[in-house]
This record gives sequence, C-alpha cells and structure tokens, in this order.
Amino acid sequence: MTVFKPSHEEQNKSSSGTVLSRRQFVFGASAMLALTTIPFSKNALASAIGQSLTQLSGKVFDLSIDYKTVNFTGTPARATVINQLFPGPLLRWKEGETVTLRVKNNLDHDSSLHWHGMILPTEMDGVPGLSFAGIKPGETFEYKFPVKQSGTYWYHSHSGFQEQTGVYGAIVIDPKEADPVVFDREHVIMLSDWSDEAPETIYANLKKQSDYYNYSERTMSDLFSDIKKQGLVNTWRARSMWNQERMSDRDISDVTGATYTYLMNGNPPAQPWQALFKQGEKVRLRFINSSAMTIFDVRIPGLKMTVVASDGQNVQPVTIDEFRIGVAETYDVIVEPKMEDAYCIFVQSIDRSGYTVGNFTSDEMFTAKIPDMDPMPILGHGDMGMNMEGMDHSKMAMGSDSMSGMEGMDHSKMAMGSDSMSGMEGMDHSKMAMGSGSMAGMEGMDHSKMAMGSGSMTGMEGMDLSQPSMVMPTLGLAGYGSDNEIKHLDSENGPQVDMQSGMPQSGLNDPGIGLRDHQANYNRKVLTYADLKGLHPTHDKRQPTREIQLHLTGNMNRYMWSINGINFADSAPLELAYNERVRITLVNDTMMIHPMHLHGVWSELETGDPDYIPRKHTVMVQPGSKISYLVTADALGQWAYHCHLLYHMPGMFRKVVIK
Amino acid sequence: MKNFNSLGFTLVMATASVMSSLSYAGAEDDPLLSYVAIDQLEKGLESDDPISFSFQAWVGYDMDKIWLKTSGEYQNSDDQDLEVQALYSHAVAPYWDMQMGVRRDIKPSPSRDWLVLGFQGLAPYFFDIDGAFFVGEKGQTSIRLSIEQEWLITQKLILTPEFEMNAYGKSDDELSMGAGLSDINAGLRLKYEITRKFAPYIGIDWSKKLGATADLARDNGDSISNSQFVIGVTAWF
Repeated sequence: MTVFKPSHEEQNKSSSGTVLSRRQFVFGASAMLALTTIPFSKNALASAIGQSLTQLSGKVFDLSIDYKTVNFTGTPARATVINQLFPGPLLRWKEGETVTLRVKNNLDHDSSLHWHGMILPTEMDGVPGLSFAGIKPGETFEYKFPVKQSGTYWYHSHSGFQEQTGVYGAIVIDPKEADPVVFDREHVIMLSDWSDEAPETIYANLKKQSDYYNYSERTMSDLFSDIKKQGLVNTWRARSMWNQERMSDRDISDVTGATYTYLMNGNPPAQPWQALFKQGEKVRLRFINSSAMTIFDVRIPGLKMTVVASDGQNVQPVTIDEFRIGVAETYDVIVEPKMEDAYCIFVQSIDRSGYTVGNFTSDEMFTAKIPDMDPMPILGHGDMGMNMEGMDHSKMAMGSDSMSGMEGMDHSKMAMGSDSMSGMEGMDHSKMAMGSGSMAGMEGMDHSKMAMGSGSMTGMEGMDLSQPSMVMPTLGLAGYGSDNEIKHLDSENGPQVDMQSGMPQSGLNDPGIGLRDHQANYNRKVLTYADLKGLHPTHDKRQPTREIQLHLTGNMNRYMWSINGINFADSAPLELAYNERVRITLVNDTMMIHPMHLHGVWSELETGDPDYIPRKHTVMVQPGSKISYLVTADALGQWAYHCHLLYHMPGMFRKVVIK
Repeated sequence: MKNFNSLGFTLVMATASVMSSLSYAGAEDDPLLSYVAIDQLEKGLESDDPISFSFQAWVGYDMDKIWLKTSGEYQNSDDQDLEVQALYSHAVAPYWDMQMGVRRDIKPSPSRDWLVLGFQGLAPYFFDIDGAFFVGEKGQTSIRLSIEQEWLITQKLILTPEFEMNAYGKSDDELSMGAGLSDINAGLRLKYEITRKFAPYIGIDWSKKLGATADLARDNGDSISNSQFVIGVTAWF
C-alpha cells in the first residue's frame, strides 16, 4: 500500500518543475499505446500487476490464519496466510497506544503470531511453549499490549515451519513525537522466499543430503581453470584444506533458488512489484527480510541510499550504495530520485542463485532495466575462523574425528594457535583456561570442569554442559565489544559439531562474503555493522557486569544445529538477572551466517561508540567470526533466543529466563 | 550427601531437558526420518550379463538409525548372489557412523550368517567410505572396504569412481572362497541427475578374483576376472 505523507515544503518545491514534463510523457505514451496496441500494453500491464501490501490501521485488529492456494511458479501450491493475504496485512500502529489483536487459527495445526522486535510482556510474545500454549485449531487468541516504540517491524508465526509458507506481515509504527526522519512518501518492501515444496520436505532433504539445493558446487572445469591460472601446486594447496576438512567453499546458502522463488511484497520477479515516486521527493523505503532462509543484498542502481533505521530503531544517517539484510532484520533507507526515471530495486540472494526486483518509477510506463547478478561469493580461510595466511593447517580445530579412531590422517582437536604460532603464547587455550579459572574463582570454573567430566565421550548427554562459559577477568568497556579470549567448551566436541573457529575476528567492519570487493570493483559503498550508530543516546550507560560467550555450532553434513554444541531439546535455559547489564559475545563456529534474534529485550550492538549504541533485535554473525552486544535484562519472563534461519532454529535455540 | 546432591541435580536437569523438549517453540529439531536409496540398479550391456543392485535404507534420528543394506546379482536361477545386513548405526564423530548388526548371505547356497562391526562416513578429500569387519560361523572372519568419490563435471553430470575389496580369514570350500584378499572390484559410472533424487547412468565395472580364491576359481574352470559396460539408475527418497 502506498502511503503518501506529504511534507509540504518538499512537495511544493518539486511539483512545479516536474508535473508538466510528466504529463507530456503520459500523453505521448498513451498516444503511442493506441497505435501499437497489444504488445506494448501487455508489457505495461505486466509490471502493474504486482500487488502491494494491504494496510490495516487502528487499535483493534481481527486476524485469521487460513490455508490458501497460491501460484508463484506456474504450479498451484498451498500456502498459509493471514486474512487471505500473502504476505499478511501491513499493520499500522501508533506509538503510545494499546493494540488488541484477535487471532483466529483456521489451520489444522497449532499456530501463533510473534510480534518480531516488539518490547512487550512475555505472555504476549507469541512463542508456543515459552509465552503461551499456542493457538489451537479453531481457537482465537487475543493479544493486547501497549506499543512502546516506533519504526519498521514485522510479525510471523512461531509454530512449525509456517513462516516458510506465508504466515508473516509487516508492522509500521508511527512515532508519538515528530519523526526525526523527514520524508515525503514511503513504501514498505517485504522480502521473502517461497517454495512449492513443503517445508518439512525441505528440512528432510537437507538432513539426508545437506547440499541438496546447492547447484553451485565446484566442478572439474573450475579445477582445470584453477590449474591453468595458478598452476598445479598452488591449486593443490588451495584445495587441500577444504578437501581435508570435507567442507565446500561454495556452501553459501542451505536452501537456494533451486527451489525458492524470491518475492517482493509477495510478487515474483516475473511480475515485479511497482512503487511510484515523484521527482525530487524524499522516499522512505522500509525493507523487511521476512524470508525463511535467504539473506539478501539490496541495491538500487543509480540511487544512493541513506540508512536511517535498522530493526525499527533510528540510526545516524549513513549513505551507502548497497546493504546486506539478514533474515528478520529491517532497514529503513531514504532515497531521493532527482530525475523522472525508473529504478530497479534489485535484491539478490547472498548465493546469487536468484533475485527479486521492484520497479521504482516516476511513471507507470517506465520499466527499469534489471542488472546482472554479482558473482557468487566463495568462502575463504577467514570464514572458517582463521586469520593467518600460510599457516600450518594440520593444527586446526576442525571437527573431532580423532574419536572415531578410523582415520590415519586425523590431525584435529588442537585449537589452532597452540602450536602453530610460536609467537602467540597468549592463545594457548589450555593455559588460558586454567589461568582464568584460578583468577575468576569458583563458579565459572566449576561449570567448565563439570562439562569436561561428563561431556568428553557422550557428547549429547551432560545437561550441565549448557551453562555458558562465564568469562570474568577482562571485560571490555561498554560499546567497544569483547576483549576476552575465545574459549571452546568440551560440549562442542562430538558428532554434532564439525568446526571450531580458532581465531574468530570481529564481524563488525566486514561487509561480508561476496561484498568485500564491491568498493574496489564497482565503487559501491557497502553498509557494515560498524556504520550503525544510534541516533539517540545510549539508554543504559552502565558497564556490563559479566560476559556470556555463546558458540554457534553445527554439523553441516548431518544438518544439525546447536549452541555450544548443545541443541535446544537438551539445553538448560540461559538465565539473566532482572535488570542486569550483560554482554553477549557470539562466536560463529560454522561457515554460514546466523542471524541471531533475542526476544523481549534489545540487542545493543557494540559498534565502537559507547554514547550511541544502536539497538537491534536481530544480529548477523558472520562465518568464523564473533560479535558482541549488550543487553539490559529489563523484561521479566521467558524469552526465545535463536537463529532466525528457519531450518537452523529448531536446534540453534535457547530459552532465556529473566528473573 | 554429596552423591545425593549430584543425583538430585542430574534428575532436575533431566526433567528440565524433557520439559524443554516439550516446549514447542518452532518445528521439531530431530524428527524421525526414513530414507531409501537405490544406489545401483544396473544391467550389463551383453545379453548374458547379470542384473545387479545395491540398496540401502534407514529409519531414525540424527544420532541413531536402524540401517538396512542389501546387494545382489542375478545371472540365472543357478547363479545369483544376495546379502542383507541389518545394522544399528550411531554417530560417533562429525563425519562417521559406527554400525553393528548382522548379515546374512542368502545366496549362493549354503547361506552364511555374520556379525557386523562397521563404520561408514566421509573421509578427508571427500571419500565416501563404508568399511566393515565380519565374524561368521565357525570362526570365519572377513573384511570389506568400499570407497567412492563424486567428481562433478557439471552440477548435474557426475562421474563416480568406486572401489571395493573383500578379504577372508580362512577358506570356505563350499563357497569356493580362499583365505586372504579374495576379490577387488572397480567401477566408473557417469550419472546425470535429472533431479537430486533420480539419475540414470552408464558405466564400466571390472572385478577380479585374487589369491587363493582365484586359484579355486581356476580349478573350477571359472573366469577370474570380469568386465562389463553397464546401464542403470540410481535414486533415493
């Protein structure tokens, strides 16, 4: 739905100069239309077919979750939808009001709606098993909560895999006070991925063959061209690490364009969504990534974008050409088209297996040219948590196959850094672990001892392993992230974990795989998390009193996902004391990005300025990297904390209890 | 007292764990899945070449599965091979499953029963490995190792070299099996994945009897090596 919200000054400035030329064009075009008839009009019609979101506003909303037959691929398929809309209705709220949402479940299974990023009472959060029992078939649940924030958010089912099949919609909350962001017009752009396959089938396929959807694997012709370019010896060297570790440097997305059709506001690229602007307007584009599994790279060739909000929260404006949006993140950008023209809102999946587009135009008759996709990213050593070039691979911490005793050539289990880099005594993990234990005192060390005692053989059993490592001795200052050593737990050893990052680097300044060379190659400024600074001063200026280090772990080949090597089913809750200020450092011990979403409280991303810490609800942790954020535990109750990739979520999940 | 405390702690944690697995915050992490694979189903191009097959199936969870394997060859009613293995499979390392169970060689006659201890998984350099140690009746022992790799010519056209060897602890005169390394088999198959789950292929398959087994074959007037062009399909669901 196009919401036109004129800022009069801007409007008057632009209209006088442009209206005439636009009318002239329309006249010309329609005259031409009459002459050329069918082919041209069909073409024009095609781009106008794209549906926009339907907006509902007010304080009381009746929503129903139903089945609906959709057709995005040429084959009809069954979706689950809200109010018969795909995506669900755009809910428009006003900060300071209390909203009531009566949600009727007409599915054969339990359902739920979770208001993603909303600060609300725990029983209104919509997570079955944590906040409430879920909505049974045929039943209606009434959500009611005060709206304490403004910005761009979204909502989705937290039951089963219903997010994949369409139970999601956008939320826009108008601020109580004057919006610090000035704009003349706005569009909500909801990105998502659709598959005709049932999500349970996708999950089962991945469990049985983890590269099922990857049609970008390295082939023999890649090998020959590498040999031709680099010579046999260098190619062998470059390949051998990946081959030894049984990992693919082409393993970017678990689920790809091989089954997905990428949608913009529910429109496939063959029938693009269209958004209008008037020359000279400041247009606010509210991007929401409501995909199940797809991380997108967004750009609008020919237009600079000024990022003004992330995850609904205002940030200091930063002007960029391209940004990566993780699953569940939102970004608001301002664009100011200076010319009557059509621009392509180009959104490519991170693995370049597909894209979706929008036609952003001053006139319905203009259709922007769709650019080519960028080359597919290829993972490097840094994405496996290694920092050193030319290091001795044989000392890396990859897997823990030595348990099997079957392989002659198994060289693993030793955390990288203990032997191979003589100059880095400080990295000796065993020494550090002891050191910190004796300094930190009883509590933390006891847990880690227990973990070692029970975890070493059984791997999955010891429940006590789920205690996160409490790292005490050196807490970095608020706003600057963690200085602590990376300590791998014994619970990370076992069949469920295939990799540990030896030397994870901060993901803060990293544009991410596939984007790192865009500045150099295309002169495109790519947003990084380091660019995000809060527009408003940091709310809670206290220093963190402790740090929780969590390792995002998994086994790609078995398609098992966990935190600290322990899946949700076997984990104990993560406990936070009410009102404590705590730092969470996430260490990614896998080669995939994990967008981590903490319910109930803000994730205050430490981007280097303690006075303007940006608040997010979902934070991407880059492959083999680490990142830190602060949390003020000011919301009592039980909260979900999980990877927002839908097929990682069942395992890579923790219950957080604030009491 | 201390023991009691730790027992209490364990119980509490175990209860918590059951509780948390009941909380249904999303989809099921580790659902019961089943898998049936026709790894090979092929016929030699010559009219008197046998039909041969190799199937496997499992049902289970991430860490634990019941695994069935069967393979065989049919030339005519007098000349056929058929074996079946039923195994319990447990993940022991990131890329390895340990498997134990029983095997019955139904054909040729007389049948033979074995206990199986095997391992199956992915070795460095992407070698798919299936190796097993068998203990049979009357103290017979045997080792089998199969190795396979996939070379992608394109994303869908895949060349699969494979190699298998069998060895026996002592000879089995009834089955013309000699002690020591008894046979090796090598194949090269080129498949085209029409979908991930279905691919026709063509290939060459070569096998050779060795050592005492070869001697016994010679004595019986049987050939000790065989090679054939094959055509077949591979599929799973």
